[in-house]
Amino acid sequence: MWKYILKRIAAAIPVLIGITIIDYLIMSRAGSPLAMMHGPKISESAIEVKAAMLGLDKPIYLQYFDWLKQVLTGNLGYSIKSYQPVTSIIGSHIGSTLLLMGTSLLVGLVIAIPAGIYSAIHRYKKRDYTLVTLSFLGTSIPSFFLALIFIYLFTVKLGWLPSSGMITQGTGGDFLDVVKHMIMPVSVLAVSIAGTNIRYVRSAMLEVLQQDYLRTAKAKGIGRFLVINKHALRNAMLPVVTVIGMQIPVLFGGAVIVEQMFSWPGLGLITMNAITSRDYPVIMGVCLLTAVVVLLANLITDIIYAIVDPTIQYR
Amino acid sequence: MEHKGNMQRVTKRFMKHKLAVVSLIFLLIMIILAILAPVIAPYNPNQVSGGFSKPPSMDHLLGTDQIGRDMLSRLLYAMRISLFVGAAATVISTLIGVILGLLSGFIGGVVDSIIMRITDMVMSFPYILLVLVAAAVFEPGLWSIVLILGFVDWPGVARLVRGNVLSIREMNYIKADIAAGMPKRFILFSEILPNTIAPVFVYATQVFAISILDEAALSFLGMGVQPPTASLGNILNGAESITVLTSKFWLWVPAGVLIVLLVISINFVGDALRDALDPSV
Repeated sequence: MWKYILKRIAAAIPVLIGITIIDYLIMSRAGSPLAMMHGPKISESAIEVKAAMLGLDKPIYLQYFDWLKQVLTGNLGYSIKSYQPVTSIIGSHIGSTLLLMGTSLLVGLVIAIPAGIYSAIHRYKKRDYTLVTLSFLGTSIPSFFLALIFIYLFTVKLGWLPSSGMITQGTGGDFLDVVKHMIMPVSVLAVSIAGTNIRYVRSAMLEVLQQDYLRTAKAKGIGRFLVINKHALRNAMLPVVTVIGMQIPVLFGGAVIVEQMFSWPGLGLITMNAITSRDYPVIMGVCLLTAVVVLLANLITDIIYAIVDPTIQYR
Repeated sequence: MEHKGNMQRVTKRFMKHKLAVVSLIFLLIMIILAILAPVIAPYNPNQVSGGFSKPPSMDHLLGTDQIGRDMLSRLLYAMRISLFVGAAATVISTLIGVILGLLSGFIGGVVDSIIMRITDMVMSFPYILLVLVAAAVFEPGLWSIVLILGFVDWPGVARLVRGNVLSIREMNYIKADIAAGMPKRFILFSEILPNTIAPVFVYATQVFAISILDEAALSFLGMGVQPPTASLGNILNGAESITVLTSKFWLWVPAGVLIVLLVISINFVGDALRDALDPSV
């Protein structure tokens, strides 16, 4: 097993390096920091001096190493628009994104796990078909359309919930206020998470329910409740753990749209703003961060899997 | 021949899924409507043909938009664009995925490692973010959306095909081919490829559904198909204005409902196909 874990880490290193190369290439090809200097009052030689100062006259691979050195010391460059360091922009917005994503994942799984198990136990009955159909509906609704429907119903018609931001403007924003602002964005994200995961949990559960050890447990007559909740659930949770790892990039993508819809002040919103204003250092900083997080999340799920599941043989 | 019996069995199993049959019929009708849009659309989708933001009436069955264009005609053309983007992106990403997956699984060794590491890299970036960045770098437009979605969505197919090739390679009939000294090309294209087509086809339905959703999201955010060309996403873009959202439901609800119906139908068909093509049942 240790050999497998080491091998897995070794495989992740070139991927990590590749991610930084892709990230740097897109950033440097997309827009030169000199472009905004162009104008009638600036001479060619002034631009050349500036280019030399920024190291832009060096070959691209040397520029990449310079950039990488900076990244390793925690410097992701500066925003073209606000001149703030990218790390501090990310730092001040990551909290609200994590709050949104974490709550949505939790709510989504709290719906999906019982629903998936229920569906698997009642396989091929009406209840099962209803749940599976609902889960397909959850994955088929575009999040922005669901957000529009929610805003129409709960903000415009009923006036129950605020539709933008994280706190009511002009107030300090107590706990209840934040919760009220969170209900709609969390619901939109949770619907798509639940939609995907109901079917994953269902099929994982179905697979476990067919195993011999469950037949034995049933034959021993320990009761349906114990069979399902103790013996089956534990083993079905294993594939579900991997699925949670896979959800992270999906969640982040969803957050970009949902944060935009509800003006939630998180990473997704600043990324979207950066994209519309072509603020490449910010865009690529966020890309790099999320890619590394996803890579680490996959690595950790694989390692947990290797530790928890003794039946899998690793070469 | 044996092949024909197989087809019949698959069709019979597919027909058992009533919802999927209904979905397939719905999809076929929608595809025909989309293809025939220039013939059946009552008005030119990009020309003013009535008053501003008029509610549905006999002249304009789904009303008119803010500048007086017929919504039904725009919706038909939008569906044409959205289905085209979805289908074209699916074809591109599936082709790339199948080629890379076959190479990776069949050749193995260094080639396999390199292709799989590239797959890991692409999969590490959040999908929608990669698409948005690409849309920002290239000029947004119909073809760039098709190419971006196609070039971003292949890793899943590649992994699927590679896994399939690896398991098929262990089968006795492939071992027999190798022992008989059959050329590699024959083994790859005449033995392995046909046996991975079914799962790839099922997976492609998912990619099709996701591509339609992504085109809608991109166009909704203003980074996809550009007006005046209508797409289901950029029609919904109008609902970001509060007056449209609150009092002009005909400008946004039909497009949204159409996306949901198209995507859910594709998903139902894909799910029933998976069931029908599964050899283990």
